[in-house]
Amino acid sequence: MTDKLLTISNLDIALPEGSERRLAVENLSIDLSPGETLCIVGESGSGKSLTARALMGLLPAPHVRATKGKVLFCGEDLTQASEPRMRQIRGSEISMIFQEPMTALNPVMTIGGQIDEVFRFHADMPPRERRKRAIQLLEDVHLPDPKQIVAAYPHELSGGQRQRAMIAMALALEPKILIADEPTTALDVTTQAQILKLINEMQDVHKSGVLFITHDFGVVADIADRVVVMQYGKVVETGTVDKVLNAPEHSYTQALIASVPSLIPRAPRPRSEHIVLSGKDVQKSFGGGKSLFGFGKPNRHVRAVKDVTLDLRRGETLGVVGESGSGKSTLARCIIRLMDSDSGSILLDDVDITSLGRSEMRPFRKRIQMVFQDPFASLNPRIKVGQIISQGPMIQGEARESAEARARELLEIVGLDERAFNRYPHEFSGGQRQRIGIARALALDPEILVADEPVSALDVSIQAQILELLDEIREKMNLSMMFITHDLRVAAQVCDRLAVMRYGEIVETGATGDIFNNPQHSYTQELLAAVPGQNWDRKLAT
Amino acid sequence: MNRSSKIFRYVSRRLIQGIPIILAIVVLNFFLLNLAEGDAVDVLAGEAGSATPEYMEEMRKKFGLDKPLPVQLAVYLKNVIQLDLGYSFRHDMQVTELIIDRFWPTLILMVSTILLAVGFGILLGLFAAINLNTWKDSVVSVFALITYATPLFWVGLMMIILFSIKNDWFPTSGMENSAMFYEGFERVKDIAHHLVLPTITLSLFYLALYTRMMRASMLEQYGQDYVITARAKGVTERRITFVHVLRNALLPVVTMAGVQVGALIGGSVIVESVFAWPGLGMLAFESLFARDLNLLLGIFLLSSALVVAVNLVVDVIYCFLDPRIEVN
Repeated sequence: MTDKLLTISNLDIALPEGSERRLAVENLSIDLSPGETLCIVGESGSGKSLTARALMGLLPAPHVRATKGKVLFCGEDLTQASEPRMRQIRGSEISMIFQEPMTALNPVMTIGGQIDEVFRFHADMPPRERRKRAIQLLEDVHLPDPKQIVAAYPHELSGGQRQRAMIAMALALEPKILIADEPTTALDVTTQAQILKLINEMQDVHKSGVLFITHDFGVVADIADRVVVMQYGKVVETGTVDKVLNAPEHSYTQALIASVPSLIPRAPRPRSEHIVLSGKDVQKSFGGGKSLFGFGKPNRHVRAVKDVTLDLRRGETLGVVGESGSGKSTLARCIIRLMDSDSGSILLDDVDITSLGRSEMRPFRKRIQMVFQDPFASLNPRIKVGQIISQGPMIQGEARESAEARARELLEIVGLDERAFNRYPHEFSGGQRQRIGIARALALDPEILVADEPVSALDVSIQAQILELLDEIREKMNLSMMFITHDLRVAAQVCDRLAVMRYGEIVETGATGDIFNNPQHSYTQELLAAVPGQNWDRKLAT
Repeated sequence: MNRSSKIFRYVSRRLIQGIPIILAIVVLNFFLLNLAEGDAVDVLAGEAGSATPEYMEEMRKKFGLDKPLPVQLAVYLKNVIQLDLGYSFRHDMQVTELIIDRFWPTLILMVSTILLAVGFGILLGLFAAINLNTWKDSVVSVFALITYATPLFWVGLMMIILFSIKNDWFPTSGMENSAMFYEGFERVKDIAHHLVLPTITLSLFYLALYTRMMRASMLEQYGQDYVITARAKGVTERRITFVHVLRNALLPVVTMAGVQVGALIGGSVIVESVFAWPGLGMLAFESLFARDLNLLLGIFLLSSALVVAVNLVVDVIYCFLDPRIEVN
């Protein structure tokens, strides 16, 4: 048993009284060998993050604690280890990187200072030596100009650079185990590919065991040696990556894998001649104002949308894809006039809506509706679901009775119980709330639906259901849809056409199949190459 | 450009920007004060008891109060720009001289109050947060609650009764014992002795405020992700508290303290009256009843300049505490 780095056996983690379930993690047994990458996969609430915290001794005590089982690290039971001993292990023998590189670093300490702490607490080194090591580490994770970054504060680095700095910090003392808790979830796809490559490279150098927690099967396919699938705190399936991904045994694993959108674009559909919406040379920039009394330089000027021209035909779904900051959301907001564009025109059936006043715009509002990304923040918590849905039509002049009857009907269409009508949004799960958001948008019988990352906040199985629902509705109501996403897998399954955005510009447009099979622009090629799990898809297809 | 020259440029620009702000405040104050019924001549005549209307006219002419308001304002502004704040007929002194004379006592009181309130507030808040949900935390929280809810003047009076009348530990009023003609260190000691009660009285309320803020701020920062990162590095709880959390938790407290310096000048009127502290608050209070507008305007001018300056100081401190804030 000594050749295993880590053996967790029969671990139970108790949740505080009155929680949804008694045990966050139940009877968990996993092991990890040197140089191996073990992926723990599961949806939110499956207990995967708590497992990681448990073996670091970082459970939010006293409410959540390990009640049973052993965590053997090189033969030593960590559940019995004293706090000073745990502190010794943390950061030097087992270290961890986190999901949010934005918040996981102390904003008022320099990167160098934060790396320095690891040495200061675990190694006896003079300050100059520590600084030299810190610079070396930053160089190892391929950060540009390490001498400068050592003195930089976290906010001066991009998300990907921060995650690199986190990795440098975690690997400072060549730990035996690296725990990575969704380290790439908050990153753009091209950055994600770089970080995954870096983790892999570091693992080869240091021969550490990596415990990688993720919900993304594409990532699993790319990096895992073995996979553990968790559901409701229990391990449902363990095995080599090949076995779990290609021949899953447990029904939950099968369902999960089936809900992962394929990278093979769906079959093209005939395109209608009727253009319902067209934008021409749409521009939007932010900032550029001057300070009070006009002193000093003007503020930073950002051109969020540059000369965007696109059209949307009846019944088609146009995907707008791009990484964060590419201007996709701003474009969507300009199109439905939640924001006024600076110049250009947006034609809705030959009427330019950019120049309409508030009241003139009102009749057009109901023809174009939006579904938002965050199902938690986009519904008013003080208003009942029925009201949320029926308010729109009532504002447009419909009678209360008919609007409410329609709301009940819509709840059924989006797959919710009619009793939802008199409940508040907080009583529903994320997926259910997104259904409410869709019902709200549909209540006005729109011709065009603008969906801004409607499934990004959802687990993969819920995501599949919502995508199916959107598809169904589009068919039934002959909707045209503008679908904004950063996820190319989702785009491949939902969109008829794609517009690829970068730095506020559309770099390429075309039918989804054409773009996936024959991307023209170098950025599109880069984006497609970065999607995790491509080999797995090809394998599944054959 | 390096950081210090950046800060220097920022400070000079802010100082230049402060001039129109202060002038605007002067104009506003001028009109506000002239809304009040009666003028200095009315008060002087009333006190003299026997003034003929002709004599009052003559006095108004002498003081320049017979001219229309805009002309008076223009004259006043012209003088202010030349740093001449006018003449107080009430005190028969130059306003500038009078204000500077009374400014030091107020400054002493304010600085010691801020140091006490912010310093102890931060310490108590930190102490409560470290000992969260223990009796220590409860004691601090109850203390903060009570002092927060007690009116200033009442605290002042109770202090005098308890520490000056019942026990003769501290003097009841004044800033120094002028009959003793202390010099040098002896004088400093005497003033410090007089300072104790007014400072405690004035700072209690703010102390409670900062204690509560600091405690809440610490608890909020403990919940942040970077604390888990630090734990995962094997950093001790001690260092997490004093190095990671403390500095982040200080930020909102510093902001609040800066905003409240202005309010402190208002609060000092009450405390200066209760303890007969010869400061600006007392002077403002007296000159309001004497309709000594020149003097009052002078005091307001000084206070607004003080607030502008303190805000600038806080902004500079802030950009040292928080690297995310950039001066430009």
